[in-house]
Amino acid sequence: MTHRRWYTPWLLIAPALVWLLVFTVWPSINTVILSFTNARPLGGGHFVGLENFDRALSDDQLGDALLNSVIYMLVCLPLLTVLPLLMALLVQKRLPGITFFRTAFYTPVIASAVVVALIWGWVLDERGLVNGLAQRLDVLSQPLPFLTDRWLLLLSAISLTVWKGLGYYMVIYLSALGNVGRELHEAAAVDGAGSVRRFLHVTLPGVRNTMLLVSVLISVSALRVFSELYILSDGTGGPGGRDMSVVMLIQMYSRGFTGHLGYASALSLLLFVITVGPLLLLLRLDRKAV
Amino acid sequence: MARQQPVTRQHPTALQHPVVGDRSEPRGRTDRTGRAAGRVRGFNSTSTAEKVVRYLLLLLVLLLTVGPFLWELSTSLKAPTEDIFTRTPSFLPRKPTLGNYAEAVRAVPVWTYAANSLVVAAITVGGNVVGATLAGFALARLRFGGARLILGIFLATLVLPGEVTIVSQYVTVRSLGLADTLLGVALPGAIGMLNVLLMRTAFRAVPGEMDDAAIVDGANVWQRLIHIGLPNVRGMLSVIVIFAFIGAWDDFLWPLIVLTDPDKYTLTVGIQYLNGTFSANPRVIAAGTMIAFLPIVVVFAALQRFFFRGVEEGAIKG
Repeated sequence: MTHRRWYTPWLLIAPALVWLLVFTVWPSINTVILSFTNARPLGGGHFVGLENFDRALSDDQLGDALLNSVIYMLVCLPLLTVLPLLMALLVQKRLPGITFFRTAFYTPVIASAVVVALIWGWVLDERGLVNGLAQRLDVLSQPLPFLTDRWLLLLSAISLTVWKGLGYYMVIYLSALGNVGRELHEAAAVDGAGSVRRFLHVTLPGVRNTMLLVSVLISVSALRVFSELYILSDGTGGPGGRDMSVVMLIQMYSRGFTGHLGYASALSLLLFVITVGPLLLLLRLDRKAV
Repeated sequence: MARQQPVTRQHPTALQHPVVGDRSEPRGRTDRTGRAAGRVRGFNSTSTAEKVVRYLLLLLVLLLTVGPFLWELSTSLKAPTEDIFTRTPSFLPRKPTLGNYAEAVRAVPVWTYAANSLVVAAITVGGNVVGATLAGFALARLRFGGARLILGIFLATLVLPGEVTIVSQYVTVRSLGLADTLLGVALPGAIGMLNVLLMRTAFRAVPGEMDDAAIVDGANVWQRLIHIGLPNVRGMLSVIVIFAFIGAWDDFLWPLIVLTDPDKYTLTVGIQYLNGTFSANPRVIAAGTMIAFLPIVVVFAALQRFFFRGVEEGAIKG
């Protein structure tokens, strides 16, 4: 633990520190500064007080985006908290070929959201696989407009997010299951507990903290959604631009002749406020758990 | 010397990607299980009926998770003469052809996009390997005033979703003169704070006695990093390489904001552009999608053993 020159550690840390300051700390401060200006992508940048925040209050598109985020979160939370746990239980047992299944289930996670959204855009197309099969099996008489209806488009994006997230949370649960004491399971089995009772009384309490962590991660990522909605709507935000997310609005205002960096920064601050809530909750719960 | 718990265990938000660390201590799972099998008959053995049910469920989930990718692959191989809009779609192309791939390459400069993505990924991987190793080593292994403060700041940044600072990050990159360049795309992510913390965790797990012995032998900081530190953190380094590559290759929002010149597009932005210009022909878009997707599959398949090795050992704690 000794080193002869006092500056050696600083030399090693320097690159990371420079990056931290230039690409995280300064942009964070600058976001706050910009949010009080009328900066545009092509110049400008005068102090305008609370004008951007005023504008946000009466922005219907932002209202829609926030509503979409709430719906996103409410649908994703139960599905992504429960389904990946069941998948983890399924792949936990070391059967022959299980590594293949684990890797395969993880594939949607490593694929780009763009790739996934283009694939699902084709599957959910008016003349695509789902509509084709449903009509053939007489479930539908008319194709459902998955990608052109305000609510169906949102629902399609949500199912895409859920589908892409399954493997990610499965791996987190799989890791947590490794920590659930085998002794406890064995003891319960000796006492004659069936697999259902063992699941309820041994497995579930064992992964309770992980479930909390997972649900916070899900909430935060639901608020940060971008690519799914962007690609499925071809960048338009759906009919009337009502299928936007907050991040989509930020992207929209960050570029081009109609861009407004000041307003985009105000929206970024708003995004920070709504995402930091779940994270603070997690830190509280985490401290209790430790 | 009492060692601190690795940071990532106390701080689950560090799990932006579920990453596993180098574990020096074995989990003792196998030998305990071995004994248990004799004690409780049937606990570890699986009945045939259960096996059948499990495999059926596994196949069902496999169909749901991998099916759409295969459907896209199949679409990309279907000839223009084959009706893909029919209500009785065939899952295998009748006359497989690579024509759609040629068409995609003709429509947009796919190879340029791929090369651009590769450049961005290479800078990101290289920067993270070097930057996170150096900083992680210093934070884990060297004592200096201010270390705790810096660690705290690194940790605090993890609470900040990247999208929050993306606008002013763009302003920063632009004022560095890097707007609309690949370097501008790659630079902000070239040293991830999460990776610094993960490397710190990995270096802390290396037994301190090895270091002490090296110091007695007169090794300097650099020699300790190269000869004692690095050989013991290869697992964590591979995980960082995998996720830095995947993260850079898959990213969409950031390159979409930074790049304006279509010749500089990365693959994700490029195939979304292809989607905009070619939306009438799903076969060609499918081909473009596959070109963006397959390299990631290859990289992950080649390196996945590093990833799943630690998962089961419970290296991530909730």
